[in-house]
Amino acid sequence: MALLEVRDLRVAFPRGKSDEVEALRGVDLTLDKGERLGVVGESGAGKSMLAFAILNLIAEPGRVSAGAITFDGENLLDLPDRKVRRIRGNRISMIFQDPMVTLNPVLTIGTQMIETLKAHRRISDRAAHKLSVEKLKLVAIPSAESRMDAYPHELSGGLRQRVVIAIALLTDPEIIIADEPTTALDVTIQAEIMALILRLCRENHVALILITHDLGVVAEVTQRLMIMYAGKCVETGRTREIIDAPKHPYSAGLLKALPQNAERGQRLYQIPGSMPPITALPAGCPYNPRCPRATDICRAEMPPLEGGVACFHPLTAEEEVTA
Amino acid sequence: MITWRGVLRRFLADPVAIGAGVVLLALVLMAALAPLIAPQNPYDLMQLNIMDSEMPPSWRPGGDDRFLLGTDAQGRGVLSTIMYGTGISLVIGIGAVTVSAVLGITLGLLAGYKGGWIDSFLMRLADIQMSLSTLMIAIIALALFQAAFDANIYAEYAIFMLILIIGIAEWPKFARTVRSSVLGEKGKEYVDAARVIGLPARKVMWGHILPNALTPVLVISTIQVAEAIMTEAALSFLGLGMPTDKPSLGSLIRSGFEFVFSGSTWITFYPALVLIALILALNLLGDWMRDVLNPKLRRGED
Amino acid sequence: MTDPIVETRGLEMRFALPTHFLSREKPVLHALSGVDVAIRPGETFCVVGESGCGKTTLGRAIMGLLTPSEGEIYFRGERIDTMDEAARKPVRADMQMVFQNPYASLNPRRNVFETLAEPIRHLMPEKSGREVRAQVEEVLDATGCDQSWQRRLPHEFSGGQRQRIAIARALVTNPAFIVADEPISALDVSIQAQILNLLTDLQAERGLTYLFITHDLSVVEHFGTRVAVMYLGQIMELAETETIFDDPKHPYTQLLLDAIPKLTGGSFDAPRTPGELPDPVNPPPGCPFAPRCPIAQDICRAERPRLRVIPGSTTEAACHFAE
Repeated sequence: MALLEVRDLRVAFPRGKSDEVEALRGVDLTLDKGERLGVVGESGAGKSMLAFAILNLIAEPGRVSAGAITFDGENLLDLPDRKVRRIRGNRISMIFQDPMVTLNPVLTIGTQMIETLKAHRRISDRAAHKLSVEKLKLVAIPSAESRMDAYPHELSGGLRQRVVIAIALLTDPEIIIADEPTTALDVTIQAEIMALILRLCRENHVALILITHDLGVVAEVTQRLMIMYAGKCVETGRTREIIDAPKHPYSAGLLKALPQNAERGQRLYQIPGSMPPITALPAGCPYNPRCPRATDICRAEMPPLEGGVACFHPLTAEEEVTA
Repeated sequence: MITWRGVLRRFLADPVAIGAGVVLLALVLMAALAPLIAPQNPYDLMQLNIMDSEMPPSWRPGGDDRFLLGTDAQGRGVLSTIMYGTGISLVIGIGAVTVSAVLGITLGLLAGYKGGWIDSFLMRLADIQMSLSTLMIAIIALALFQAAFDANIYAEYAIFMLILIIGIAEWPKFARTVRSSVLGEKGKEYVDAARVIGLPARKVMWGHILPNALTPVLVISTIQVAEAIMTEAALSFLGLGMPTDKPSLGSLIRSGFEFVFSGSTWITFYPALVLIALILALNLLGDWMRDVLNPKLRRGED
Repeated sequence: MTDPIVETRGLEMRFALPTHFLSREKPVLHALSGVDVAIRPGETFCVVGESGCGKTTLGRAIMGLLTPSEGEIYFRGERIDTMDEAARKPVRADMQMVFQNPYASLNPRRNVFETLAEPIRHLMPEKSGREVRAQVEEVLDATGCDQSWQRRLPHEFSGGQRQRIAIARALVTNPAFIVADEPISALDVSIQAQILNLLTDLQAERGLTYLFITHDLSVVEHFGTRVAVMYLGQIMELAETETIFDDPKHPYTQLLLDAIPKLTGGSFDAPRTPGELPDPVNPPPGCPFAPRCPIAQDICRAERPRLRVIPGSTTEAACHFAE
């Protein structure tokens, strides 16, 4: 049985007095123990919404309007708040883009780590301190012992994100959800942090949901991949296979538009237009206005997700998307 | 982005805002149309008759139908004096805010944009002035003015003096507000884009930064009008404001105050009621505007 | 070799940090320490580096947004950093800038026409109202903007559309040289290709010279003619794009290239040691990269290496040991 299984997850926000718009429009997802899954999409595609929904953290006035999130045999949406809190931050941890979301600027690193531990475990202060230092060493923070007394602002951006990872690892979670963990960081620091996350997941057999807009990072770190567009998953499958031979015209377009995949000095392949806002989606497939392969059926019906791709005219292995 | 249409829509959806708006509009109209609708002209000495003094409101025994809310010690109809007095209070309030807004916006813009010693100097000046209360400055200035000139000249120029003194005393509030929003705006790239084409600092400040820094000024202006009217009322109550022959709401309250214990409460009561309604309406509107215009408090829209 | 269109000689930029007025120390941040670049007409000169390396400061100094502490800036052989405003006016029409954040670079209270007309009105006051309108229409066409946008306000547009408008504003005075400071890093992946293509097309049509500032090496590889790699206010390596990617000489360039996530995957498998940018207020006496450098020797910590041509190549590198 999968460790985490999400079925037909929908998140809705009120529009006006009686109307609602869906930001997440029926997303399925399975995650096995120790598996690394990448969720890729543009801003507004709903990828962060997915993470927040799994953790039951959708802010008012939004709400999960349908679906099931089964973690270890229990539907998180049916559990009382008290029980969800025992899972969130304990068995499922989260790393945000901005370390200061997790870190409290007026408390020392040590205080925050010990508090996190004590919130989920019966543990003495001394044991919590010892465990915290261990975790800081695990994420390769130099002079870990003395960093326990440091305040977040005394650390550089890279070190802060390492501390956040150490906090996420404190409770030995089964799943880590990382929402753009390196977007705010420099390239060399990004490489360090991603290599660290990758090693930790492998060594401790932790499952990872990595939310990002960067296909390169996904290719480096994840085993499976999910590509989202306008609140829906348009393609899912093994990372390697999608990157080598994407089936959905959107995935293919995204990959082809990357400068790495273009001839030096030549024009890049470009997807025309931009993603429609969730409040103004076209009928049928949400990608159809930008899709070079769209036909009448695409403008009338939403293609179902079959064989890992939600498209009426998927690309075959030899085909390339053309403008 | 806040549009006029959006503000109007939110105004119409908020009963408190509508209520305050209606009260304010009624008072402004009453004051503006006073010469047309007031039963008497309290400034016209020919119309006054000492025999009419201290009449109670018309529904009380001894009342007169000509004077709905009674008369004061000089035989002026309380209703008419309130109508004219509201106008004078509003003129002083709006005038004082105009003075402090012009001063405060200019100096705040300069301090925020130029920075350095200009900023330090202007802000320390503002700090010093803020540490002296407006009322204290006004009392000293007006007492000197009253002592230096005779009563006729004082009566003639009192309104300008009040506007000027209250206006100058309140500039630091505007300057600080403008300065802080200028500091937020000047780091934005559209300001750099304007500087790249070589626009002089004056044009960058007034043409680009100021329009984007004005929203909070709008909010404090409304509340400052209320505050200026109150300051004027307090000064008049102390006998340092408008003279009794051109009364503002404050001087009306004062002139009736001597008669409160002799039972003629209406001379003070009705002007006070109008003053409270005016201040309350302005403050409620100011609060409402702050909520609407402050994007940090807005959710789920735009 | 042709004369450079823009040249800097020994450019230094120091910022005094705010302190308490009683404190004796006057800390100074060295944003640029001795930068020489010579940008040739028609090329795309890329400046790459991580945050805090001084790449944005360099662009802003050239545009006159910052006054250099020391050094000289030339445009077409004329020294511009000491020019008075009247003499500089014609030069300004020839130098323009595109900013990183299209959400902040357009004045929210001005419609597109006013935004585009302002540079013409200020820099070319001899133009009549009709000429201004014609020029605005022409530049809207050239940048793929619709004429109907003229009376609309920035908040009505998406990020990609705003960046087009920002590019149109930079082009409206027909400049020869454009500083583009991270023009695509705030945009979504599918929009980045559109903007890069637009910049490529405009360069071909108008013979523009770009100073392209970015942290993204994959964009540089595709887009650049020559590349300067910066670190802590200094140029570490300067070479033709192909050369630098095929044969990086400086250890820092190698580290940067190694940090790019690759679609082929596998390069994050080895653990990386955390590296931090040295404090720019107290830079190390020798090579700024020495504390992170795998081949650093004693001389690197004592003596700052000068930019020199590496024997047997066209690359210039600031390293004692590069070969």
